[in-house]
Amino acid sequence: MTVEETVDPKESPATRRVNVWDSPWLNTKFLVGGSIIVVVILFGLLGPFFWNTELAYTASSPTNLPPMWMAKGSPEHPLGTESNGRDMLASLIVGIPASLRVGVLAATLGMGIGVLLGSLAGYLGGWWDHVIRTISDSVLIIPSLAVLIAIASYVQFPDTTMLALVLAMFAWPGPTRLVRSQVLTLRERGYIRMALLSNVPPLEIMFVEMVPNMLPWLAASFTGNISGAILGATGLEALGLGPTRVPSLGMIINYAMTSSALVRGMVWWWLPPILALIIIFTGFFLMTVGLDEIANPRLRGYGNGGK
Amino acid sequence: MGGLTKEYVLQRVLMWFLTIWIGVTLTFAIPRMGKGDPVSVIVSRMMQRQGYVENANEIIESYKRRFGLNDPIMVQYIRYLGNVVRFDYGYSLTRFPTPAGEIVRPALPWTLGLLIVASTLSFGVGVTVGALMGWRKTPAWLQNILPASLTFTSIPYFMFGILLIFVFAFWLKILPATGGYSRDVDPAFNWTFISDVLQHAILPLFSIVVTSMGGWALGMRGLMIGVNNEDYFLLAQAKGLSPTRVFFRYGIRNAILPALTAFALGLGGLISGSTLVEWIFAYPGTGYVLYRSITALDYSVMQNICNLMIIITATGVLALDLLNPLIDPRITFKKSAAS
Repeated sequence: MTVEETVDPKESPATRRVNVWDSPWLNTKFLVGGSIIVVVILFGLLGPFFWNTELAYTASSPTNLPPMWMAKGSPEHPLGTESNGRDMLASLIVGIPASLRVGVLAATLGMGIGVLLGSLAGYLGGWWDHVIRTISDSVLIIPSLAVLIAIASYVQFPDTTMLALVLAMFAWPGPTRLVRSQVLTLRERGYIRMALLSNVPPLEIMFVEMVPNMLPWLAASFTGNISGAILGATGLEALGLGPTRVPSLGMIINYAMTSSALVRGMVWWWLPPILALIIIFTGFFLMTVGLDEIANPRLRGYGNGGK
Repeated sequence: MGGLTKEYVLQRVLMWFLTIWIGVTLTFAIPRMGKGDPVSVIVSRMMQRQGYVENANEIIESYKRRFGLNDPIMVQYIRYLGNVVRFDYGYSLTRFPTPAGEIVRPALPWTLGLLIVASTLSFGVGVTVGALMGWRKTPAWLQNILPASLTFTSIPYFMFGILLIFVFAFWLKILPATGGYSRDVDPAFNWTFISDVLQHAILPLFSIVVTSMGGWALGMRGLMIGVNNEDYFLLAQAKGLSPTRVFFRYGIRNAILPALTAFALGLGGLISGSTLVEWIFAYPGTGYVLYRSITALDYSVMQNICNLMIIITATGVLALDLLNPLIDPRITFKKSAAS
């Protein structure tokens, strides 16, 4: 494949590079993943306008109705109902944003702490670096579910915010390591040295000069952390230890499992929350992989730039 | 002993202590940050469960005295650390005279067996698949097939487990849905028992391996692409060495080290995930015991297993860390070079 032959002679390499369609952000995986997540968010945002979310609470509907396309199903409960009298469609509309919110909240907090500690470690170096790195490495190893369960055994998580706060404790070491290593390499770059020589305040160097350059990495770590936090929250909820006031996807799985929905053949009970979570996780996973490729051109493979 | 220096081992062991200490301290400290004490919570939950508990306040007081919850927090903390070190979590609350440790111990071999086989398989297969995806000489047909193995990567293990139970146990009816072995088979060292155990282990094993290998594959792919461009790799090819030799000795051997580190860091997630898998499959390991203790409000058993999970993870990471310099002698000398 010889490039020279296909290029129009009037079009110089310089003009080709400014072509907006040549941007690495137009990564297929990133875009597909992003669209999936946008659709899921829209489902949660617009759902309440089309469907009564009150039906997500216990005893609001008749029990054990199959979905409308099966025998005995009714169009009043298109996805059926479960044994506690919750409408499945309403449960999904309430549960999906609840699960997403926990993930985004925990990941945002973790990212904030991570950027702060990572830049501290990278900038100050020495003793600071050593302490921050050692602690973040240890926390990274700890299985979050064990700590979550131990906590949940003592305090009932009253709401998802509290749960997100606890999950954030496990979301900061990743960004911390990342920011630290990025600061260490960026510090040696010419433009950062220039800024240092020009006496630009450290915070400005960090947020004006450095953060924009690590954006794809940070974004990949962020989406990865969101699904990590959702996974932690869902696991806890599935075991029956999550907040019980708001229906969440994990809680639906818990009720389905404890009521042996599998044995009773109530596919419409256990499958929708799992499918919803698989769609959410796949979306974030594709975004993370795509962002990794945007950040690290090497990963785009040997073909056409991973597009 | 290869490249294992005393300093390196000491440093890793210190890290092991620190990890366990932080984990165990978190499980102690966070519940005590809020208001209310564990015993009141436990009794109030019992009340929820059983409707009404007579003399609730007296029960709370007597429990508090028994567990020393009126002592200063530092005294409680030191006593707690002592118990962790001695693996002593007191008596099981639901099967009272039995110590919590005795309930957990029989479950351990199941969990360790499942974990070791699952993690080795998932890492082994994942790394091979990833290396093949990142290798320039991989045949095109294989390059096209391999990404399919990443399909299930983002699904949580236990959810994939539920799907597997549905397909293989309820729909196709070819594999048992739950348990560690059939009820009509006596645990003994003979073929009927072993094959029965293996049959029961297939689905839990699959749900972990299939969903976790993609992560290692993706990481390994990136590392292998990096190795492809190294001079020594080109030289090895130029010397006319056989592709298999180049692939294993020059490619995988050099790319696998960061992958091993990633594997060590992912071990916690693997153990959390397999706990939930055990619950889904009612597999007689610690994960299932943990679930039963949650539903029975057996706090001493819960604490025991949660801390055990932290210790197992930290130990696994330590083992991998100590294995690392044996594969790559450079690691122990890196310190002077890196700083």
